[in-house]
Amino acid sequence: MSGTTIVIGILLGLTAGVMAGLFGVGGGILFVPALVALGLGQLEAQGTSLLAILPTVVAGTWNQRRYGNLRIRTAVVVGVASIVGVEVGARIVLEVPESVLRRLFAALVFVVAAQLVWRARRSTARYPDSP
Amino acid sequence: MRLVAIGLAAGVFSAFFGVGGGLLAVPLLILFAHIPERVAAATSLLAIAITATAGVVVFSLRGQVEVEYAALVGLPAAVGALAGTSLQQRVRTSTLTYGFAVLLTGVGTWLLVS
Repeated sequence: MSGTTIVIGILLGLTAGVMAGLFGVGGGILFVPALVALGLGQLEAQGTSLLAILPTVVAGTWNQRRYGNLRIRTAVVVGVASIVGVEVGARIVLEVPESVLRRLFAALVFVVAAQLVWRARRSTARYPDSP
Repeated sequence: MRLVAIGLAAGVFSAFFGVGGGLLAVPLLILFAHIPERVAAATSLLAIAITATAGVVVFSLRGQVEVEYAALVGLPAAVGALAGTSLQQRVRTSTLTYGFAVLLTGVGTWLLVS
């Protein structure tokens, strides 16, 4: 790993973390492109992203718990059910060529961008005077 | 039952794209489980911890997890997540949201052309 790689990795990681905390996501939407930019293949980037997500969500969860926003039982039900889904998704993804996967991921990134704008517009419309 | 369905969908999505599944779980929790937005975001983070752990196990068995790279982006991200969750409580996030939307549009374009 070169010095440049390390600096870029840290900056991209910080950005992904802020986004994860703000929007309740794991940060993978930025980890995957960041890891591709750092030289990993699409599948490796996706697998590695899942590990990078862990410290991010642990920190985020810990912080959210202090604010009283966390519903542990709901999270456990969703999380445990997701394990079955992970098995399925991990098999399907092997059937998809990496170049196609990369385009699909790009499409996902655009969808997320649109979703963010939609959420921001909706909350502004609902709470026009909120700080 | 709804929560189980949301979990299943988030799991498939997570393993397919290498993301936590929160992108899908948060809107589904808001729309179908009628959970308020901030609670959904917080709850999703904990659910993701379970989802991503399962994903790491599956992908590392195939040798597709680079631990050093994960630490390189994941550890600074943990610091960022602390800042992000604190910010969420007190600032108007719509400006930041538009900023991230622009950033993502750039990232998506780069993925397509590079």
